[in-house]
Amino acid sequence: MSKVIHHFTTTVPFWQPRVTPIKLDEATPAQLDALKVTPSNTKVSEYVLVLARDAETLRERTPLFNGIMYNRGGMSRAERELSAAGASTVNRCVYCLAVHSSRYNQLTKTEDVMEKVFADGTDADIDPRQGAILDFAVKLSQTPPTVTEDDMAKLSKAGLDKAEILDLILSASLFGWANRLMHTLGDPVEKEG
Amino acid sequence: MTDFLKTTMIEAAGIGAGHPLAEMLAGRSDIFTMTQQAHDAALTPNDPGGLSHGLRASLAGRMARATGADGLADHYAALAAAAGGAEDEARTADADFDGGADAWLSAIVRHTDLVTKDTKAVVAGDIEALKSAGVSEDDIVRLSELAAFVSYQARVAVGLTLMEALS
Repeated sequence: MSKVIHHFTTTVPFWQPRVTPIKLDEATPAQLDALKVTPSNTKVSEYVLVLARDAETLRERTPLFNGIMYNRGGMSRAERELSAAGASTVNRCVYCLAVHSSRYNQLTKTEDVMEKVFADGTDADIDPRQGAILDFAVKLSQTPPTVTEDDMAKLSKAGLDKAEILDLILSASLFGWANRLMHTLGDPVEKEG
Repeated sequence: MTDFLKTTMIEAAGIGAGHPLAEMLAGRSDIFTMTQQAHDAALTPNDPGGLSHGLRASLAGRMARATGADGLADHYAALAAAAGGAEDEARTADADFDGGADAWLSAIVRHTDLVTKDTKAVVAGDIEALKSAGVSEDDIVRLSELAAFVSYQARVAVGLTLMEALS
């Protein structure tokens, strides 16, 4: 049994499932469709092989996820990653946070913002726009969410227009979804060797 | 292509044609259409496995209520009423009902609440508890997707309500 990681890191761990992944060579046509397996794309992660147990939802989730994180216009890709990271700190999804904090670092070519977020959460000393985005994502991720009209006003003051605020809501909410799968159905473990 | 104004998400927020936010939201109409497709897959799948449409809608109402999305919870209540089904399953919409004497149902309700309200606290033993109560591995993933999807949709609903205040 590999060692489970509990601390925040930008090094993407392995993911060890708590539910048995399906076997690709035993997958039903509906599962193969949801997995988007083609002769030229046969690499499927264990995480996705676990989710294939609910092929109908998996099939809809993948394009929705990509749309929210990568579609054109609105809030920048890096800021959507920051929003995802904020949600992932609330739910302590170590794996999700590693993936999305490292993507934020790649897109912005910085490391200091995420280092401060890991250390100080919403008290992190970062620029006001990034701080407002992080704070909103964290508050929206609590149950029930603690965002208020004042938080909305802070986003506007920090320079976000309505289309950007919508993307912030969508990306933070999406990680309410992703964290609830990744963090509950498996463990982030150290890569061996 | 579904008209995005007719999706559950937008209707529950009370946004119709001519609303001040409608034009801005139209820029992400594809997202709302895909959200509806995910809603249908999680709430009314062709193959529901061990989780009936009625149970799914009732649990979704419970979760939406806990997440402060009452408009969405009302939608799920209507969906549960339309699905019908077992009385104990319908009662799961009530936050005070813990599943009763049935070990399978009470394990499902316990896990639903835990994943909804305190995701970070979920540990391997919680998945084992579901298995011990007779919840199949397929149904564990189905329940997880349902809880995860509703958590997403309820937060978008809360956000849209706040955006209306801004507009």
